[in-house]
Amino acid sequence: MRKLLIYMKEYKKECFIAPLFKLLEASFELIVPLVMASIIDQGIAVSDRPHIYRMGAVLVLLAFVGLVCAVSAQYFAARAAVGFAAKLRYALFSHIESLSFAEMDTVGTSTLITRMTSDINQVQSGVNMVLRLFLRSPFIVFGAMVMAFTVNVKAALVFVVAIPLLSAVVFGVMLVSIPLFKKVQGGLDTVLGHTRENLGGARVIRAFNKETSETEEFNRANGYLADMQMVVGRISTLMNPLTYIIINAATLLVIWIGGKEVYFGVITRGEVVALVNYMSQILVELVKLANLIILINKAVACGNRIEEIFEVQPSVQSKKTGAISRGDTSFAVEFSHVSMAYQGAGDDALTDIHFTVKKGQTVGIIGGTGSGKSSVVNLIPRFYDVSAGSVRVNGVDVRDYDLADLRRQIGVVMQKAVLFEGAVSENLRGGRPDATEDELWQAIETAQAADVIKSMAKRDGEEGKRPSLNAMIEQGGRNLSGGQKQRLTIARALVKDADILILDDSASALDFATDARLRAALKELSGEKTIFIVSQRTSSIQFADMIIVMDDGAAVGIGTHEELLSGCEVYREIYESQFKKEAREVQA
Amino acid sequence: MRGKADRKGQMATLYKVFHYMRRYIPLLAVSVVLAVVTVALTLYFPILTGRAIDLIIDEGLVDFEKIAAIALQASIVVGATAALQWVMNLCNNRMTYSIVRDIRRDAFDKLEHLPLSYIDSHSHGDVVSRIIADVDTFAEGLLMGFTQLFTGLATIAGTLLFMLTIDVRITLVVVVLTPLSLLVASFIAKKTYSMFQLQTKTRGEQTALIEEMIGNQKVVQAFGHEGEALEEFGEINDRLEKCSLRAIFFSSLVNPTTRFINSLVYAAVGIAGAVAVIATGGAFTVGSLSCFLSYANQYTKPFNEISGVVTELQNALACAARIFELIEEPSEKPDDKDAVVLEHADGHVDIDHVYFSYVPTQKLIEDFNLHVKPGQRVAIVGPTGCGKTTLINLLMRFYDANAGTIAVSGQDIMHMTRSSLRSSYGMVLQETWLKKGTIRENICMGTDATDEEMIAAAKAAHAHGFIRRLPKGYDTPIAEDGGNLSQGQKQLLCIARVMLALPPMLILDEATSSIDTRTEIRIQKAFLAMMEGRTSFIVAHRLSTIREADIILVMKEGRIIEQGSHEALLAADGFYAKLYNSQFAS
Repeated sequence: MRKLLIYMKEYKKECFIAPLFKLLEASFELIVPLVMASIIDQGIAVSDRPHIYRMGAVLVLLAFVGLVCAVSAQYFAARAAVGFAAKLRYALFSHIESLSFAEMDTVGTSTLITRMTSDINQVQSGVNMVLRLFLRSPFIVFGAMVMAFTVNVKAALVFVVAIPLLSAVVFGVMLVSIPLFKKVQGGLDTVLGHTRENLGGARVIRAFNKETSETEEFNRANGYLADMQMVVGRISTLMNPLTYIIINAATLLVIWIGGKEVYFGVITRGEVVALVNYMSQILVELVKLANLIILINKAVACGNRIEEIFEVQPSVQSKKTGAISRGDTSFAVEFSHVSMAYQGAGDDALTDIHFTVKKGQTVGIIGGTGSGKSSVVNLIPRFYDVSAGSVRVNGVDVRDYDLADLRRQIGVVMQKAVLFEGAVSENLRGGRPDATEDELWQAIETAQAADVIKSMAKRDGEEGKRPSLNAMIEQGGRNLSGGQKQRLTIARALVKDADILILDDSASALDFATDARLRAALKELSGEKTIFIVSQRTSSIQFADMIIVMDDGAAVGIGTHEELLSGCEVYREIYESQFKKEAREVQA
Repeated sequence: MRGKADRKGQMATLYKVFHYMRRYIPLLAVSVVLAVVTVALTLYFPILTGRAIDLIIDEGLVDFEKIAAIALQASIVVGATAALQWVMNLCNNRMTYSIVRDIRRDAFDKLEHLPLSYIDSHSHGDVVSRIIADVDTFAEGLLMGFTQLFTGLATIAGTLLFMLTIDVRITLVVVVLTPLSLLVASFIAKKTYSMFQLQTKTRGEQTALIEEMIGNQKVVQAFGHEGEALEEFGEINDRLEKCSLRAIFFSSLVNPTTRFINSLVYAAVGIAGAVAVIATGGAFTVGSLSCFLSYANQYTKPFNEISGVVTELQNALACAARIFELIEEPSEKPDDKDAVVLEHADGHVDIDHVYFSYVPTQKLIEDFNLHVKPGQRVAIVGPTGCGKTTLINLLMRFYDANAGTIAVSGQDIMHMTRSSLRSSYGMVLQETWLKKGTIRENICMGTDATDEEMIAAAKAAHAHGFIRRLPKGYDTPIAEDGGNLSQGQKQLLCIARVMLALPPMLILDEATSSIDTRTEIRIQKAFLAMMEGRTSFIVAHRLSTIREADIILVMKEGRIIEQGSHEALLAADGFYAKLYNSQFAS
């Protein structure tokens, strides 16, 4: 939490002024019982009505000045809290943006989103309340005690005993219940998990007739949650009755001692009333303080969660400046004895990968699930860093590039097709904002996405060979099918017009006819661009200039289709399993 | 008009809340009685202290004997109040969390019985937030309502009564002035409402952006979009800062202003009381004044709190309404009373004159007929997004046909129990789904299969190899959404699940799209063995699967346009022939 305070720097002034005004307001409040004592002792005792009115006016004045102070304090506190939260949010967003793939894999998206939103909101209200109340409440509690001493020392001793007792109760209850609150939160997480699971898996659960057992499991988790909530409730509800007993016992004691002092002429009756008033002020503030501490606890917990994210450093750091040493620039991509391991994984995901690709070549990468196909291409735009060896793009080690510069040269189509909410044209221009309409259409044609555009336009009531590209894509592209999304993401990468194009198994949702047309269109592009195609089908890559066969993180074969057929066992096995059948079908 | 409709809705929701409360009426009754008693006792205490103060008059004029008697009385009152307060709070707690538990239980139960059409067409996040966040807010509001509303109202009524018995005129001063604070509070609340709305809207905008950008960080980085994203974020963030500041500052004015009014009341009571003491020549005592001052404080406090409680309660009711909306969604039509249990389905599937569409305006399946004999294989083919899953939805009765009949083993599926129908099918869907739990739990899905049977199924699905290499083998826990497994591994597990159940009919939906070819071939072999003698419906992209099917259904835009064997369809030279030939366009 502490490290987050640098975002408070600009609001030092506010952080000082807000509590100051609160203290002023509190001081005025502490004077009130004295004024009332004066009304009783001087006004009533000698039937001095003008004095009563004068003192009444003083009370109104105190109230008004208090109001002004309080309003100013609220303003400065709100400004500091909201400003701090805004700065923090911006910094956190910017930090998350800088994290590389490795960190995103380990941290997870959903928790990042909650930390950006609800955690920061909690911190904001925590800061706000601290500025408003944290100084005020203890000040009133001790202030009341000090004021009591000015009235009468013997009676004030009651305060000296009562305040620690009250604090012990308030903090004791909190200390016991806070760890229990955590358990409640954990119980809630389980209930949430069950709910999410049953929504996502509705079909499977029903197909296996698991409704009853799922409900039983949920009820168990739900019952546990309710039990925990009741346990916490049992303890935290102790607070009010206990404080009530202490305060009122103290009040009675004050009256008793006060009565004795009056009897011996040390103080007046009005002053006894003042002492009683101070006691009740303490009670009000202590309750506020307890609530505040719960809030602070929450805010600190949330603050720590945010800090955790700040502490995650991007493993891939962009090189800002410095001389770039260029090697052989006739190669688009060179892998030199590359090994790579994912964070937290024991074994290397890639071991000793070594190959070179000339500009304009098409490279096919094939292999089984988990063989490291994607890992190879992910190293080219430096989504991950190698653990040994080096990757060079256009003759330069990827670690010597400014990241933005490097990625500008590479168009990537990922396995998971992701589109953003907005017009089709906006999405396609994602990599190159200044692309012309003609360039967009060229990419659309190549990606076989024209009929996607047409069907979207048709939905909006528009016909024609080249309908407008303004059709809207909904959040997450949910108004498109998987295949439609894939074709649009391919078009988007083509629009970017980068020298290197990577297609990471990005035609998996296409039916075989569309896939074949896409392959034909891409073939026309080769020569201009260096293309990497990752696939599980030999038919998608057999025309490539070079094929890399991956097996268990190693390249077990590199060469052309013909070379591999004769020289690579794994490749032949894959090819024969797929092609024999298809060849037979051609003859059919 | 709108206000009226709102109120009517709120009353209806309130009524439903009472319905849940019914089981806990004894607790509620105890709580209400205790609220009245504790309030009365709390209010009696200042009277006692007032009396005690009246016994303290001046130097040498203090009646200690009487004070001691009063102190004893007061101690008993305090002790009793504290004890009863605790019991009351316990009742409230128990009642609130029990009700919340009951509501969650019902909501979840509904979840298991909602028609699939609801689950398909509603955002899952929204449903989750109803069951989790809304119920939580409701619980908080309910607890606050119980604890503060009752005692608050009782305090107001009680103080009023006690004050009236002491002095009518000064009571009037309090009664006239206090509603001012309520007025001010509601005035501010009204003014700030639109500010809060703007804040909520802006926050929503920002969250949407965060979800999109962070959720798809990899794409954002691949396209070097970070700068633009940050810029857009900064713009919304600045707007949010401005409108939050306004909303928070203006709403935070409620507290100081109501406190200001309370101070005015306090001053007024002080002046009026002091004058009264002089005017009545001591009939209205200083003790009464002290008592009044304490009442004035207690009387105004619930007013301030109640305005808070009312907004909280309204909020809680709004949340409750959203939960009840879910709970009251119509369930799947229950099984017929005389529904038969399908046992040992022989594999006959007959579809006669079936009509179906998701929305009435968009016709999908019309007059569809299909007759599958035991052991036959039906391949469903068509371009991407042609609605192949619709057929599965109908077969498994995830959706019911609008007209026509589907019969299994010669019996209409509408007249058999859903559970027996569904367990006659083994299904592997395109989207894998694993539950939180161990590998073993996911394969066995609650059946009491032996280890040997489970391992045999895993071996048949070629999952045994990778499972054995996991840290704890079959007892390795799977993270939520199967996070620690690859897509291919998840699919292998889903296949193992079906391999274990071995039902008489199979539905396979692009099940092997993320598994590498070598594994796929082995699985294909396992499938072939499994399909032997079993009626199977296969949604497939692979020509080999299609070619070997007995019947091919060709779908386009949700409709079944052609039907027949591979050879017959090629000879017909229709859409299928075109589709088939285009495979080798390159």
